[in-house]
Amino acid sequence: MAARPPRVIVTKIGFDGHDRGSRVIAACLRDAGMEVIYTPPWQEIPTVVKLAMEEDADVIGISSLATDHLIVPRLMSALRDAGMGDVQVIVGGIVPHRDEAVLLESGVARVFHPGTSLDDVVAEVRALTAKRRQMQGASA
Amino acid sequence: MNAILKPTPGELPEEGHERWSAEFAAAVPGDATTFNRSGIPIKPLYTPRDWNGQACEQHLGYPGQYPYTRGIYPSMYRGRSWSQRQLVGLGVPEDYNLRVKEVLRLGASALSLLPCNSVFRGYDADEVPPELLGTCGTVINHVGDMEAALDGVPIGDISTAMNDPTPFTLLAFELAVARRRGVPWSRITGTSNQSDCISHFVANHMFFRLALQGARRVIVDHIAFCNEQVRGWNPLSVVGQHMQQAGATPAEAMAFTLCSAIQYAEDCIARRMDPDEFLPRFTFFFDISISFFEEVAKFRAGRRIWARLCKERFGAKDPRSWRFKFHGQTSGVDLTRQQPLNNIARVTAQAMAGIFGGLQSLHTDSYDEVFSTPTADAARIAVATQNVLREEAHLTDVIDPLGGSFFVEALTDEMEKKIESLIRMIDEAGGMYQAVEKGIVQQMIGDSALAFQKKIDSGEQTLVGVNAYQVEEDPADYPALEYPDPQRMKAYLERLAQFKRSRSNADVQKALGELARSANDPQLNVFAHVVSAAEAGATHGEICRTLREELGFGHVLAMV
Repeated sequence: MAARPPRVIVTKIGFDGHDRGSRVIAACLRDAGMEVIYTPPWQEIPTVVKLAMEEDADVIGISSLATDHLIVPRLMSALRDAGMGDVQVIVGGIVPHRDEAVLLESGVARVFHPGTSLDDVVAEVRALTAKRRQMQGASA
Repeated sequence: MNAILKPTPGELPEEGHERWSAEFAAAVPGDATTFNRSGIPIKPLYTPRDWNGQACEQHLGYPGQYPYTRGIYPSMYRGRSWSQRQLVGLGVPEDYNLRVKEVLRLGASALSLLPCNSVFRGYDADEVPPELLGTCGTVINHVGDMEAALDGVPIGDISTAMNDPTPFTLLAFELAVARRRGVPWSRITGTSNQSDCISHFVANHMFFRLALQGARRVIVDHIAFCNEQVRGWNPLSVVGQHMQQAGATPAEAMAFTLCSAIQYAEDCIARRMDPDEFLPRFTFFFDISISFFEEVAKFRAGRRIWARLCKERFGAKDPRSWRFKFHGQTSGVDLTRQQPLNNIARVTAQAMAGIFGGLQSLHTDSYDEVFSTPTADAARIAVATQNVLREEAHLTDVIDPLGGSFFVEALTDEMEKKIESLIRMIDEAGGMYQAVEKGIVQQMIGDSALAFQKKIDSGEQTLVGVNAYQVEEDPADYPALEYPDPQRMKAYLERLAQFKRSRSNADVQKALGELARSANDPQLNVFAHVVSAAEAGATHGEICRTLREELGFGHVLAMV
């Protein structure tokens, strides 16, 4: 049986509505053959956690332009509290260097900055999906 | 509509053109056709075959004269420079006030106010995650906050542009402050920046609070109220910037913006407003990308189309109604995190395109916007860039200096055709409201965004430092702006609670009740009741919530 393609949620949390980045990423992951669940901006953290559970998402991609990444650590603990610590979270957008370390420490797998090529994003999502499925296999 | 005119015999000999063609083909065999971002083919050479002076009278004219291709004023920058309108906003109202006083001390003649993202979304500070407060813009929730933000600022003498979309609480707070200070509203001047609800629905959804049809009602009320009571105010700024930042090509951004303006004008006419009353107060706001000549042509073409629309479609008779006044902002999307100082060069080229395009007001981005909200040093360079271009490079000495260039004139005509064909398409779809509700516009913008990103990824479009000319570098070399002090924000939240305790709740409830009633009665003006609620002490979040309940919540129509 062929492996299920990566299943990815592309979303924005917080207040910012600039969604060019998230739309471009969603379209490119879809074109690369992944299953993409795309949400409009302004999602609440509990909504994202619920969606990840219902959709059995491998990866959650958070797009941030105007400091909304500052509440990503809250998302990380909400995922762990819901028993979904294996879901891989990536953040892309305008993230000051000093905040990148904070995000990685909170459990974010990878931070993508402007200028990243779409191919790199696709490769990373595939790698993180493999990692998550391995984690699931190990715990099963 | 603009026929290609044959060169006048004797001006440029035909055999010369033939010889050049052959020599060019030999020197650059298989020269690939180049297209600009809007999809218009760009030739290696333009001559009188593409454009010549015979078209002058019909398409060009003089600055300050219909159809305004060369600028909306006879004197343009030779008479008065564009306004240097940098957005300022961070932290609590007192932080903003300090910054404003500094800007005024340095000689600024106009203010701008960028509110916190929580404000943009329609919430008070006590309704949202505290980490995000004041990190992008100033927290302004009620009349007391506006009083603090404008403390010591002579609001009767200085223009205040506020990023203030539906239902325009920031202007309401300023009017309440004016009343307290005894400043007549007739002396309040400025702009409700980004008041164009359609652009928020299509792109940049952070400003979109009410359901689209509710927002449509409120913007017309806002225009009607300001025309009657705050006559120095520009209640409508129609925004192309959001759409181009979201991925629209320059031609699409100009076309969709004009289509939005057509809808607002037709709504005002349907409300029996006189075009010559409201059109002179319409303003526009555009993105300026680094595609230099394309941007110049976009602005020259837009000016010509708008003049024609106002005169022929809306029947405006006063020449002041035909003028296409616009603010330009250099494009953040073109900036790179790699080798960020290169962004200063990008902003310079973008600003030049805007200046040669004839803008009335300019915001230049800071080179560090790819890292964070601008730091003070980077913002200073952004302002200095404008000063250098004006006072050292002398870009203001001659009006429309690119006018008459075979290329610029031919490209202006081509952009005009492209924009007009897009306007026809939206007209056929039933106008901009219907087109965006069907998702047509969002789909086109999304497709253009992806197509451009693929060009960068494939290397077809060079991005210095990103897909070419890379260098080893450490992003930690560049500082990011500090976030507001959490203690100051905590103190702000305590003051907000104190404000809510000390006001008359009976007055607030009464005013909000009347606001709700106005939303359901087309005979009443909603914005008049927003102002009354602000004066009674209602907060921004309360006003927004009341209207959301009556007019519907703003849901995004997001398409991938």
